[in-house]
Parts: sequence; C-alpha cells; structure tokens
Amino acid sequence: MSATAVHSLWTTAAEPIDRIKAPDIEYAQLAPVLIIVGAAIVGLLLEAFLPRKARYHAQVFLTLLALAASFAAVIGLAQAGYGTSKVNIAAMGAIAIDGPTLFLQGTILLASVVAVFTFAERRLDPEAHGNRIDSFAAQAASVPGSEGEKAAVRAGFTTTEVYPLVLFAVAGLLVFPAANDLLTLFIALEVFSLPLYLLCALARRKRLLSQEAAVKYFLLGAFSSAFLLFGIALLYGYAGSVSYARIADVVDGSVRTIDPVLADTMGNDALLLIGGALILMGLLFKVGAVPFHMWTPDVYQGAPTPVTGFMAAATKVAAFGALLRLLYVVLPGLSWDWRPVMWAVAIVTMLGGAIVAITQTDIKRLLAYSSIAHAGFILAGVVAVTPKGVSSVLFYLGAYSFVTIGAFAVVTLVRDAGGEATHLSKWAGLGRRSPLVAAVFAVFLLAFAGIPLTSGFSGKFAVFSAAAEGGAGALVVVGVISSAIAAFFYIRVIVLMFFSEPKADGPTVAVPSGMTVAAIGLGVVVTLVLGVAPQYFLDLANQAGTFVR
Amino acid sequence: MSFPLLTATALVPAVGAIVTAAVPAARRAVAKTLALVFSLITLALAAIVFVRFEPGGDRYQLTESHAWIADFGVRYELGVDGIGVALIALTALLIPFVILAGWNDAEPQETGSSRWRPTQGFFALILMVEAMVILSFEATDVFLFYILFEAMLIPMYFLIGGFGDRAHSGSDQNAAAQRSYAAVKFLLYNLVGGLIMLAAVIGLYVVAGSFSLTEIAEARASGELEMATNTERLLFLGFFFAFAIKAPLWPLHTWLPNAMGEATAPVAVLITAVVDKVGTFAMLRFCLQLFPEASQWATPVILVLALISIVYGALLAVGQRDIKRLIAYASISHFGFIVLGIFAMTSQGQSGATLYMVNHGISTAALMLVAGFLISRRGSRLIADYGGVQKVAPVLAGTFLIGGLATLSLPGLAPFVSEFLVLVGTFARYPVAGIIATSGIVLAALYTLVLYQRTMTGPVKPEVKSMPDLKARELAVVAPLIALLIFLGVFPKPLTEIINPAVEHTMSDVQKKDPRPEVEAAQ
Repeated sequence: MSATAVHSLWTTAAEPIDRIKAPDIEYAQLAPVLIIVGAAIVGLLLEAFLPRKARYHAQVFLTLLALAASFAAVIGLAQAGYGTSKVNIAAMGAIAIDGPTLFLQGTILLASVVAVFTFAERRLDPEAHGNRIDSFAAQAASVPGSEGEKAAVRAGFTTTEVYPLVLFAVAGLLVFPAANDLLTLFIALEVFSLPLYLLCALARRKRLLSQEAAVKYFLLGAFSSAFLLFGIALLYGYAGSVSYARIADVVDGSVRTIDPVLADTMGNDALLLIGGALILMGLLFKVGAVPFHMWTPDVYQGAPTPVTGFMAAATKVAAFGALLRLLYVVLPGLSWDWRPVMWAVAIVTMLGGAIVAITQTDIKRLLAYSSIAHAGFILAGVVAVTPKGVSSVLFYLGAYSFVTIGAFAVVTLVRDAGGEATHLSKWAGLGRRSPLVAAVFAVFLLAFAGIPLTSGFSGKFAVFSAAAEGGAGALVVVGVISSAIAAFFYIRVIVLMFFSEPKADGPTVAVPSGMTVAAIGLGVVVTLVLGVAPQYFLDLANQAGTFVR
Repeated sequence: MSFPLLTATALVPAVGAIVTAAVPAARRAVAKTLALVFSLITLALAAIVFVRFEPGGDRYQLTESHAWIADFGVRYELGVDGIGVALIALTALLIPFVILAGWNDAEPQETGSSRWRPTQGFFALILMVEAMVILSFEATDVFLFYILFEAMLIPMYFLIGGFGDRAHSGSDQNAAAQRSYAAVKFLLYNLVGGLIMLAAVIGLYVVAGSFSLTEIAEARASGELEMATNTERLLFLGFFFAFAIKAPLWPLHTWLPNAMGEATAPVAVLITAVVDKVGTFAMLRFCLQLFPEASQWATPVILVLALISIVYGALLAVGQRDIKRLIAYASISHFGFIVLGIFAMTSQGQSGATLYMVNHGISTAALMLVAGFLISRRGSRLIADYGGVQKVAPVLAGTFLIGGLATLSLPGLAPFVSEFLVLVGTFARYPVAGIIATSGIVLAALYTLVLYQRTMTGPVKPEVKSMPDLKARELAVVAPLIALLIFLGVFPKPLTEIINPAVEHTMSDVQKKDPRPEVEAAQ
C-alpha cells in the first residue's frame, strides 16, 4: 500500500459519524443459531444453580430440546422457501441463508442429536460407588491418578458441562458454513473449536492420552487459526473488504466503483493468492485433508469416543460447507488457480488416508485414517465446480455423518476391564460372541468401503460422477483405486470379527441404554435407506445446491 | 399391469433368505427345510419364465421398468433374452441341489454364543446369492447390474470365509487362516475389478447420459450416440477387466483355486457354476452390445488369453494333488472355452458358449458335489489319500465317473454339444485358435481319467475300507444332475431353441456375419 493510500484510509476513518445506524438483524432467519446459543447459556446457569444430582437429566433434556427446536426452525425456514426462492443474506451481510446453509445446518443438528445420545449413555460401565458413570472424567480439573480424582469418583461427580460445551460447539458449527464474511467465518471457527479442544480432554479413562490429544489438537488448531487469520488479513488487504460478495467481485474484476486504493491493491495478485491459500489451509486443516491431517489420528484416538464421533461427523460437515462456500462464492474467479491445487490435495488425501490406514492396529485410529480417505473422496466432488458437485458433496456429507457416528457408537460398546477395547486384536471373533453387534459394525464398514446398497456407495457414486462430469476423470480413477485399497482394511476388520476364533480373555459387549441403540439404529437405517432409495435425499441436496451471492 | 414375473423370481429367494435367517437358533432343521422350499418355489417361477419366453418374440421379454434413482439416471429395468432365460434356469435348478448337498455342512461348533446361528446364516446366504445372481441376469440397466455384480460379493465372501472345508488339504498352515486368506483374496480381486468397472460405468454415463442398455444400444445402432474410438476402448476395458476377473480368465484367475479349494463343495459349486457365469454372461450382454467396435478391436488379445486359459488351466489341473483344486483348474480351462466361443464372433461359437455356461454348470456341479461327498467321508482333499474306492462304494465311484466324463466332454453327455459348437465356431474364423483349443480336450481326458484312476481304482487303501456308499440324500442330489446331463447331451434342442435368436441379436450388434462355408465360396 502506498503512502497516499494509507493517508486516505486514515482520513476516511477520521471523518465524523452523523449517527450510528442500528444493524438490522433478521431474528427469525437466525433462529436455529440463536436457539442453540440461548440454550447453551441456560445450560451454564443450570450448571451453576442446580444441585449436582439433578444436572444430568436437566442438561440432557435441555440439550436435546434445543437441538430439536433448532432443527424444527431449520425445517420451518426451508418450508418457507429460504433455501430456494427466498435465499438472502442476513445480519448485515454476515450470514447467508440459502440452500446449502439450511441443508448443512439440518445435517449438523441431526448428527448432533445422535451424538448427544452417545454422550448421555451411562449404562456401559458398571456403576462406581453406586453412581452411574458416563464417558467423561469425573472432575476435569483433578490430576489423573491423584487422590483428588479418586475422591471425585467416589463422590459420583460427572462432568455435565459437556452438554453446554456441545451446544456452543454446535452454534459455531451452524454459523461456519453460513458465514458470509471472513470475520464471521473466523469467529465461528473459534466458537466451535474451543469447546471441542476441551471436550477432547475429558475422557474418563486413559485420561493422559486424552489430555495429550487435546493439547495436540489445540496447538495445531491454534496454528491453523493463525494461518486462517493471516489469510483473512491478506485478502482484506487485497479487496478492502471481508464480505464474500465484495471479495468475489474484486476477484472477478466485476466491481463497479474502483477507488484509487482498491485500484492499487487489487492489482497485487500475491496478496490474493497467498491470502486465499492460507485460508484454504485453515479450512483443510479442519476437514482433515492431507497434508494437514496430522492431528486427526491422535485426536480421534485420545478423545472420548462419543466426542470423536461428533467431531468426525458434525465438524467435517461444517468445515466442508465453509470450504464449498469459500471456493464457490468467494473464489470462483480464481478456479483456474485453486483447482490444480485442490486436485493434488484430493489425490494425496485419498491415497494417503487409504494407504496409511492399512497399517493401523487401533480401531479408532483406523477410523481416523478412513475419515481422511473419505475427506479425499468428498474433495473430488468439491473440485467439480458444477451445481452437481455441490449437491453431491452435500449428499455425501449427510450419508457419511450417520455412518460415522454409528460406527463410533459401536466402538463404545466393545469393552474390557480397561474401558473400551480399541486394539484390533481384541475384536477377534466378535462375530461369534455378539453376532448382532458385529453384523451392525460390518454394515457400517461396508458402507465406508462403498459397497452397493449402502449409503457409502450412493455417496461415492454421486461425487465421482460429479467429478467425471466436471472433467476430473483422473480423480475418479485415483478414487476407485484408493477405494480398493481402503476396502482391504475394512475387510480385514470383518475377517477379524467373523472368521477368527474368539480369544479367551476377549472383550465383552456392553448392553447399552435405548439412546445408544437409537444412535446405532438410526445409523443403520440411514445407511440402508440412502443405499437403496436415495432419490428423495438426492432431490433435497439438488434443491439445496445453489449458493446465494 | 401384468404380474412382475422377473421380480418375483428374484424376490422369492431374497424373502427366503430373510425368513431363513430369522429362524431361532435351535430350529436348524426348520431353517434348512424353509431354504429348500424357497429354492423350489424359485425353481417353479424360473420354469414359468422358461415356458412363457417366446424364442421368436422380442429381444427382451417380460420387461419391467420403474423409476428408481432419477438423479443418477437409474431405472429398475428388467428383461430377459434367451441367454438370460437359460442362465436363470440353470441357477434356479442348481440351488436346490446345492442346499441339499450342503445339508449338514454348517452345523454350529462348540465356541460361540447361543445367538450364533451358522446354519441359518449359511442357507440364508446361499439364497441371497441366488436372488442377486438371478436379478443380475435380468437387469437391463447397467447401474442396476453393477450394483448386483458388486453386492453379491458380500454374501459369497461370508460363505467362503465362514464355512470352510474342514478336510485335510496336505498343507501345514492353519485351516482357518487359509480359509480367510482365500475369502479375502476372492473379495479383493473381485472388488478391484468392480471398482475399475465403476469408473467405466460413470464414464459411460457421462458419455451416453443413460444407463438403459436398450436405450444406449439403440442410440449406438442409429448413430445418434457416437463414441470416440479411444473412449469406447477405455470403457470396454473397464468393463471387460471386471468380467475377466469374475469369469475368471488367465492371468486374473488365481483367486479361483484358493476359493474353491477352501470353500465347502456346495459353495464351490455356487462359485464356479453360478456366480462366475455372471462374468461370461456380462461379456455377451454388455461388452459386445455396448462396445461393439472395441470388442472387435480387443478380440485378438482376448482370444489369446482364452487359449492360454484353456491350455494352462488344463495343464495345471493335471498336476494337482488336491481334488478340489483340480476341479477349479479344470473350470478355468472351461471358462477359456466359453470366452473363446463368445469372442470367436460366430453364431455357432456364441450359441456354443451360452450352452457351455449351462452345461458346465451342471457337469461341474455333479463332479464337485460327488467329490465333496467323497472328501467328507475320508476327511482329506489329497488324491494320494484315496485308492480303490470303486470296490467299496461303487455308486459313488460311478457317479464320480459320469461327472468326470461330462467334464471331458464325452459324446452323449451335455458338455460335448457345447464344446463341439464352440470349436466349430472358432474353426470357421480362426482355424489356428481352434487347433490349439482342441488340445484342451485331450488334456481334459488326461486329468479326469488320471483322477479317477488314482482315487477309484487299484488296491483298496486301508483308510477307505469302511467308506459308506452314497446315502439317499446324496443320491437325490446326484441322480437328477446326471439324468439332466444325459438328456441335454442327447436332446439340447429346448435350450438351443431359445439361445439361438438371442445370439443372432448379439451378432448383429457387433455387425458380424458368419463366414461363409468354403464349399459355397468356391462356387
């Protein structure tokens, strides 16, 4: 920026302001988010004022009620046409209310409901000192292995704070794909990231592993936030605005009035390219794409399994939503520059996730690498840059999140004396001991592998055909090759469960309460329905496939 | 709307699978009986399909068409031509025998919980495979076919891996480890083929904008839909690769001996006589019809691969020490004949190939099932462990011999007709290929007769002295199959009558006419 430009910025800022105009906020259109935030704050108050014994039920009820109300609000908005004919930009340009927003918000909310079912499960472990216990630490602040921790367990403490934390995270996740300027994007990112860092650290068992995971996630997440923020600064420097529409106009060159300052900065492609790349890096980190995936296996393994399921489903949905909006709304004018990069990222993500997964011996790490490979498949749909690409990604995200939560819910059931038995060798012969659980898990694995008649296949077909139509035939070929590699390790788990002799000291399968059963059951139903008759949901995704600008 | 006969034929075994799987653990006998009943109902429906089909009528008959996934351009479209009818009849015919032969193959073992129901699972999986195979013979929508082609791998995989042959195979390795190795190898080979085909299926959709076989074929014939030469060839290769793995064609055959060796005899029959036929069927129906030019382009290479399969499979069969692996290699040789017949591009060749699919199914079923009865008596798959069985169990030895003679295409038994047609068809266009293929017959005589001689004749080995002859259930399995082999050997007309018009359609798809006989040409 030249000296005169800086000077003019200063003088504009220094001009007196006549009167401050109050912002117009479309409360009805923001209702899904507002309900969640409000409930989260009420949850905090409950935490402060309710007696310890009453908190669990109150919190679970409040959380589920808020999620349901918010989902109803999303449905209401969609019915009123906000996804199709009445798309608009709310909250002074901060939030876009359109098809992708509503579709993704609906998916996130449903996934969250199912995830909260698994959060609230208290039947898996035997009662300790007469108290039912869940997956979360008795008292987060107590040092692992200390007297304080033992005292907290004896007293029957539970960390019911997880429910407000989840609600805050959900609020951030809802805003993330709807954000229509870069600042809102960043704030949403932080709003959902911080509660997630905390949630990761709250495992009841293997607490050190859990805390280590949280620290790793936090450090790397902070780095990626910094990158994102730096990218936002550069893009602001380039376009003189954080608004998506404005930046897009500047990138296209279709901006109407060009003042001297803008004329000066918009010629500077370095700002644009570096800024765009840094923002992409921040988003690809949340998506878990290679080479920004390093945190995924450690965090997925260390975090309490219900939290892992929640992250793997809801976070991925929101992050892909934000990525789509950024690429399709802000940077379509730059697609010749970002497409080759995203091609490369998609290819290394698909292959990297699939190949490294082969060597894994822990079921949670295996699912983590599988989620990386799936991120690659979804990226193949993202680079299609066609409306079909958007709708196929939306469909894939919806299909994938239920399979993922279901699969992690099954992982919580298989237990031995040390809690969940996540080492693969312990799963040997599970099919003989508990045919039903093993069969359900096999269905999820087959869906991950993309076998026809499961949702995994419908999703894969949707993104691959969108990619092929978008001219990315090579990506499809890499995609099917990495699917074949991935199939190997999914099948290995099935072999282990069904064809290996059970070990004498093998794990037992806990009998869950109705909530985990509902989570798993919903996962199976969605997997099969989307596999056999996906048309309704494809239509939904198609209708929702257009971004507002 | 008329009664959806084709859907019903596939739906009955599918419902049967669910019903069988739901039978409580203690009621194993009920599950078996139910499975048999459902397979017999399916057979009855298949018989109705066979009768209702008019050989001189439309190309695809008994058609059904419903919207399914409009977004992918997918319809639930069914229709059968003569080739499909013949193979549906074969499948529906063999399954009751497979079930009857496997009656006691899946009894629960000691380990496992009370909810572990292997018997119910075994028969449910067999019926599930039957449903998918039948539907894949009926599908005229490429996507629908692809889904079934892939999905049938899963029940097959559990059948191979979960219910292996407990007989001694002469190897030191742990039987369970070998079995799951075979199952995984089966699944991975076929899955890789299927995924390559998925890329081609997507490519086809991008090029043609439709999955309907009839629509695409019409558009191609009328010149509305033109494919660039390279596109067509790539798509053809994607499809053919998957079918060649399934068929299986050399050098993609190595999963078959493992799978057939480790699976129980009825499951081995299911693999080679039923499921693998989907591969050769699909070559006829999809490769030739969708990509006629690319098919002709690839013919020389495919013929060479088929010839290698014939000779290589037969040579390896001669050298086998394991009875079931011997039959597997014999099957590879026979699949070579089928592929040779298809790609010889003559009407005799293709009729012969289709007839071969049916006859190979019946003859291999007969041979394999009797071999299975033999192996279950001695507890060993090694040829060297047997000797002089014909003195102790003459009926078993006799049926084994007839099955073997059918495999080597003895005149008077069904496979002779088809093998003869394939060779005649091949000679008409490619004399050298015909000559090389004929050597396969000679080798077939060698491996079959040597197998019989080593196991059944000679001095009675002490271990087989007390071997019982075939029981009533076993005889009920073998006798009808042998009767059928003889009947179709003498009177193949009911089959050729429905197959020939279908083959003529396929021939006109690839725009090939039979080469004119020499005598006529000389005039």
